[in-house]
Amino acid sequence: MTLTSFVRKNAFRNLRRSILTVLSIGFSLLLLTLMMAIWRNFYMEKGSEESALRLVTRHKVSLVFSMPSYYREKIRAIPGVAVVVPGNWFGGVYKDDKSGNFFAQFGTDPDEFFKVYKEWKIPDDQITAWQRDRAGAVVDSELAKKYGWKIGQRIIITGTIFPTNLELNIRGLFTAPQPTQAVYFNQKYVEEAVPFMKGQQGFYTILASSAADVPKVNRAVDDTFRNSPQPTKTETEKAFQLGFLAMLGNVKAFILSICGAVVFAILLVSANTMAMSIRERTREVAVLKTLGFTRGTVLGLFVGEAVVLALIGGIGGSVVAYLIGMGAAKAGGFAGALHVKVATMAVAWAAAAFMGFFSALVPSYTASRLGIVDGLRHIG
Amino acid sequence: MAIPISYNIRNLKLRKGLTVMTALGIALTVTTALFIMALLAGLQKAFKTTGNPLNVMVVRKGSTSELTGPFPADNFGTLKTLPGIAKNAAGEPLVSGETVVVIVLPRADGSGEVNVSVRGMMQNGLALRGGVKLAQGRWFTPGQREVVVSESIHKRFSHANVGDTMEFGKGSWQVVGIFDAGGTAYESEVWGDVNQMNSDFDRQGVYSSAYLRATDPVAAAALKNRVGDDQRLKLDGSLETEYYAKQTSSGSVIKFIGLLVAAIMAIGSSFAAMNTMYAAVAYRSREIATLRVIGFSRPSILTSFVFEAVLLSLLGAAVGIVLMLPFNGMTTGTSNQVTFSEVVFSLQVWSPWVIGSAVLFAIVMGLAGGIFPAWHASRREILAALRD
Repeated sequence: MTLTSFVRKNAFRNLRRSILTVLSIGFSLLLLTLMMAIWRNFYMEKGSEESALRLVTRHKVSLVFSMPSYYREKIRAIPGVAVVVPGNWFGGVYKDDKSGNFFAQFGTDPDEFFKVYKEWKIPDDQITAWQRDRAGAVVDSELAKKYGWKIGQRIIITGTIFPTNLELNIRGLFTAPQPTQAVYFNQKYVEEAVPFMKGQQGFYTILASSAADVPKVNRAVDDTFRNSPQPTKTETEKAFQLGFLAMLGNVKAFILSICGAVVFAILLVSANTMAMSIRERTREVAVLKTLGFTRGTVLGLFVGEAVVLALIGGIGGSVVAYLIGMGAAKAGGFAGALHVKVATMAVAWAAAAFMGFFSALVPSYTASRLGIVDGLRHIG
Repeated sequence: MAIPISYNIRNLKLRKGLTVMTALGIALTVTTALFIMALLAGLQKAFKTTGNPLNVMVVRKGSTSELTGPFPADNFGTLKTLPGIAKNAAGEPLVSGETVVVIVLPRADGSGEVNVSVRGMMQNGLALRGGVKLAQGRWFTPGQREVVVSESIHKRFSHANVGDTMEFGKGSWQVVGIFDAGGTAYESEVWGDVNQMNSDFDRQGVYSSAYLRATDPVAAAALKNRVGDDQRLKLDGSLETEYYAKQTSSGSVIKFIGLLVAAIMAIGSSFAAMNTMYAAVAYRSREIATLRVIGFSRPSILTSFVFEAVLLSLLGAAVGIVLMLPFNGMTTGTSNQVTFSEVVFSLQVWSPWVIGSAVLFAIVMGLAGGIFPAWHASRREILAALRD
């Protein structure tokens, strides 16, 4: 019998305890993996190549204030700007005012919209159809699936901010790399219905010509409007999205404290299990030593056992987290942040192995130090 | 006959290490759950206690918040003449036309910028909100570029002391006072004169909302309906209390994420508790058999072990509660989904509802972890167990 098979056999000697330990560690690791995935997606991912080229300009005071439409031409004239489209939050209600029926609706310019969002997939004839119908709209294919919308269908969205309702004809379905759950329509529709929106835009999305142009454009846009009645604030698309997240509260501290609690809980569970199994095997340890196994080997045997159990839990937990992430990514929006990368799973495994290792150190060390005679006399 | 409780307590004491580690694991889970519940309770308190039941809040028809419902100032003249409105000391109707905008302020600790609600109000606006007390300085003077800020804004943002100037709109504003809104939603606002605000934010001729004080609760209900029914106005009325209570939904994201996290941790802890209890049963195999021989019935052994598991989890709950208590009253903020601005509230750990649910949560974990091992213990054959 080799040492590895000895460790393996011991790890599953008390099958029920091993399964319970693995399940307990697995659930904790599931949570840890999801938290790490959120952290990675929010704070470490730079976003797609196209997203890194996009900037969002809004009114400096807050998103609630609008900017004049002529800003668009001024922004377009700035060197390094490839395309710029306006955007307007409509904030209407579909069916009823329940959060389950909430999705974003934006007014924009159909002529250039998909030149900014180049990586979004939509057939060309659908773009043309959208451009030709003033009451046309393009919708996220995932959102269309949720409500069973078909091309050509008419949807009615009740206005809350603006005193008008949208009666939109769906002209196209687009697929974004990360589902957006959004509906885009022609901004002119609202401008015609609501006089005070004439010549007003909520924000501008800018596509820079190259990555090197992004910081230059960022500064140039804000400099252009610095001393106007409506000064602007421009930031990268990623920073713009993170701004919404920051509004939820101190998300970083929240994630870190949960990770801390989970890691500590795993340490406790694993140490508990090892303490129980080592206690039961006091006499065996003495026998092993009598047979000539060194303290180091005995220590290694127990630590190895803990690492095996923690790793199995870690792998199980992270795989389930991966599956949850895949499901959530389909839902889109902030749920997409649950998407788990293989690298994150690998970190989770390493974390599990380390926690198994550290949790077993104290009980295993005590066991390895036990005198042979005392051990043999021990009554479990 | 029931096995005495002291038997369980003594057993927990006997295996101190095991008990402490399992209880700590449960305590961590309880702490997480407590934190979430304290957040939600604080948020709920902020919204549920805001508003005077006699105040009717008016916005444009179809609008869901003050932020999205500007209406022409002409309508305000009509509103003032509606029946059932209380009079102020000067004998004028107690009404206030207001402007609410969202501005961005830098956090005092430098951790970024936050959206804050700024409310421009008429002089009556202060009388309409009798619960809000001045803590420092004085109220703003109509016609002046002066603002008063809430205590939590004063604490959380830079440039929010009496005598400071704040930069927003078209220039600077003098901070002349700090008010104490008693933990209500107003705790997240900056107040100033409505006309000054309107000219700064290019909102001449419109109000975001209007507040009317009714003479009595019946008049308030009548006034609310009257506003909605008046076809000239195209406005909607709601009781101020109702309007704020609805905003509790701002906590739905925290609630969803928090409950998910707590549930996953609870499942993990239940398995750990089960492990401990199985070990306890295994160690005491002979003891249990002896108890049976003496005459204790299977149900009483089952109850005894379940009780021991619950005791273990209650110990965890106690530790968890003690760990969370220092955070009671800590203020934090989240985004108000109705007004897009930050709402400030304080953690409510020490409330009967929060503590009660934490204890219940721990008991459920103890039951989940204890029932199978206890069942196992009560089912063992006496002879086999005695021979172990």
